[in-house]
Amino acid sequence: MARVNFTANLQRHLSCPQAEAAGTTVREVLDNLFAENPRARSYVLDDQAALRRHMTIFIDGRTIRDRVHLSDAVAEMSSIHVLQALSGG
Amino acid sequence: MTDKRRSDRVLGDRLLVSTRKGLFTIERGGSRWDIAKVDFLGDNVTLTLADRRDGRCYAALDHGHFGVKLHRSAGDGWEEIAAPAYPPKPEGHEETDMWGRPLAWSTARIWALQGGGDDQPGVLWCGTLPGGLFRSTDHGASWQLCRSLWDEPKRRQWNGGGADLPGIHSVCVDPTQSHRVWIAVSTGGIWFTEDSGETWQPRGNGLRAEYVPPELTHEPNAQDVHCLVQCAAAPERMWVQHHNGIFVSSDHGRTFAEISDAAPSGFGFPVVVHPREPDTAWFVPEIKDEKRIPRDGRLVVSRTRDGGKSFELLSDGLPQTHAYDVVYRHALAIDASGDRLAFGSTTGGLWVSENQGDRWSMVSHTLPPVYAVTFG
Repeated sequence: MARVNFTANLQRHLSCPQAEAAGTTVREVLDNLFAENPRARSYVLDDQAALRRHMTIFIDGRTIRDRVHLSDAVAEMSSIHVLQALSGG
Repeated sequence: MTDKRRSDRVLGDRLLVSTRKGLFTIERGGSRWDIAKVDFLGDNVTLTLADRRDGRCYAALDHGHFGVKLHRSAGDGWEEIAAPAYPPKPEGHEETDMWGRPLAWSTARIWALQGGGDDQPGVLWCGTLPGGLFRSTDHGASWQLCRSLWDEPKRRQWNGGGADLPGIHSVCVDPTQSHRVWIAVSTGGIWFTEDSGETWQPRGNGLRAEYVPPELTHEPNAQDVHCLVQCAAAPERMWVQHHNGIFVSSDHGRTFAEISDAAPSGFGFPVVVHPREPDTAWFVPEIKDEKRIPRDGRLVVSRTRDGGKSFELLSDGLPQTHAYDVVYRHALAIDASGDRLAFGSTTGGLWVSENQGDRWSMVSHTLPPVYAVTFG
């Protein structure tokens, strides 16, 4: 199963610990994760289930390309990081 | 909150101030108003509703990268509840904003929160950017997009006013017939339903937009209404602070008359109306419209008591030199008595009056930028 890490900035708003989830695409992995942690879903995905504008996801060190359908492939032992841009003031 | 606890708190003795860096609760003790507590410190609280029907409070937060969230309190701490969310965009559906960019069916801001009628416990209305109106029947536990308005062809002509996206910022529920609701859009004019949102009609004949081509000047759907309010005791009376002026209606918003000589300016964002005196309303005028600062660095509130025939400028207790406070559309509030008013500014000032604006007391001038103020 893929291992998923969420940005520490997200932990300030809700519990989002490192987790393992099955799936062959980012969408499948996240759907499985959010089934266990439904509140986290809207923090990462928008109303259309696309990746939020300033969020990004790395699979084994590469940013995903399909931010809408999240179809990028995930391997059995992939390491996934869900991160966000830093800005504000 | 129990009925007993609610009754312990005198209505109008508490202010909820939504700011860029948290929700500030201001309470009156003796003759002073002081900060009693801060919730969501550091987070962007854009709007708060204190529902006078049951004492529940609702706070809208914008976490930026993480999206718009909604929290509810019954007096014993906050819990995150569902935020209004748009339904899946149909496959193949193409829609662009005024800039030609794809319009995302996704809540970009909660810009209006309003309780339903006294006969509708648990009913809430929520206006959003990019222009969707939502309704809840369960105290915000779930929300339904009002499809009849979202699917209205003229909705796609709405434009961004202060923001890139169009948004619904005002919701008025008729205090005598709660199935009658008016909303106002920046920019998209005023829309009215008399069947709780099943069907909608444009309102606002007489509104005038001076920033559009001449053939659209009086088009109701092109009007940039900044704020719409309704007198509780005389719901036929509605006041509009518009992008280029002040307008008043005496027929439930069917027609409006322009107040053309409001001093020192007809430009501003908020308006409030006295709950029992329909001819009495307050505004915060600014230099229109590219500058958006108080004239001559003097912060004033204007008040009419005669339906807009004349205005008094209220400045006692307000800064009169080098004041550059801007007061947003939800940042001027009046309580149920009609005597107390409060407003907050973009530069962190907060003032309260207990005599209809004749005299103001500063609560703080070091708050974060203030987005919204409400009694409750």
